Amino acid sequence: MKYRSLTFVLFIALAGVLRASPEDFDFKDPKGVNNVSFKTDAPVETIKGSASGITGKVTFDPANPGAVRGKIVVATPSMRVPNPKMQQHLHSGQWLDAAKYPEITFEVVSAKDVKTEGDTTTANVLGKMTIKGTTREITVPVKMTYLKDKLKQRSGVEGDLLVLRANFNVKRSDFGINPGQMLNKVSDDIQLTLGVAGSAPRS
Amino acid sequence: MRRVLRIIALWIAIGSLAGWAALGGNRGWTKTSIDHKHLDAVTGLEYSVSENRFVPGIDLLALSWISAAVLFGGSLIRLQRKQPTTTHEI
Repeated sequence: MKYRSLTFVLFIALAGVLRASPEDFDFKDPKGVNNVSFKTDAPVETIKGSASGITGKVTFDPANPGAVRGKIVVATPSMRVPNPKMQQHLHSGQWLDAAKYPEITFEVVSAKDVKTEGDTTTANVLGKMTIKGTTREITVPVKMTYLKDKLKQRSGVEGDLLVLRANFNVKRSDFGINPGQMLNKVSDDIQLTLGVAGSAPRS
Repeated sequence: MRRVLRIIALWIAIGSLAGWAALGGNRGWTKTSIDHKHLDAVTGLEYSVSENRFVPGIDLLALSWISAAVLFGGSLIRLQRKQPTTTHEI
């Protein structure tokens, strides 16, 4: 009887540990919903574009959201603008050099000011942003929404979803993107908006 | 000839303006695709789906009007006929 009680207690404790364990979310998105859009001021009209080639892995623990870690990768060649000449310039060596630097990455280092309300956590995430081979540490305000058991609604597989949303600015001069050049035609400030969902299927 | 050039210039100016207005009157740069916004019901994420469509911008309109102006300007040039040279032998 004593052993049975002990086994039961251990089982409950183990279930608690398993429930609280961090989950690995994969951000590869066959549905094409994940996107990063960018916006910068220019004469005539604001240049707007987006990138859909998003991959990456994020480890998120709903019981400890501040311990979030991971990396989001954007395929530079997937960045597009509606004007074909502008797109050609964007991918060229003078601007993003997509052939030489095919990835833009953001790697999470730490999270501060973590606040959780329901299934949503907001935090200032310190990370290493790499664009055109230049890495800089930046702080990004991120909203993380943990959608438990919602993966089935999306892809028919049991599991959870993690939605990341962020709005932040970078200076192209900080990343060696045509620094100090053509400032009258393309602003130094680039506004980035991230909206991505990762899935953690349960095996 | 002058009249033909002026008519072509007028056609280009009016035709390009009408075409530009009919295809959306885009006051930005020419685009070859437009984005449609969609909402993912499960995640609540807004995403864009691109559609290939030609939307002329003011750059193309300006180019057409410059071409029309060049043609019109060409029609104003007065062509001088070469006078036959005469030699007088003394």
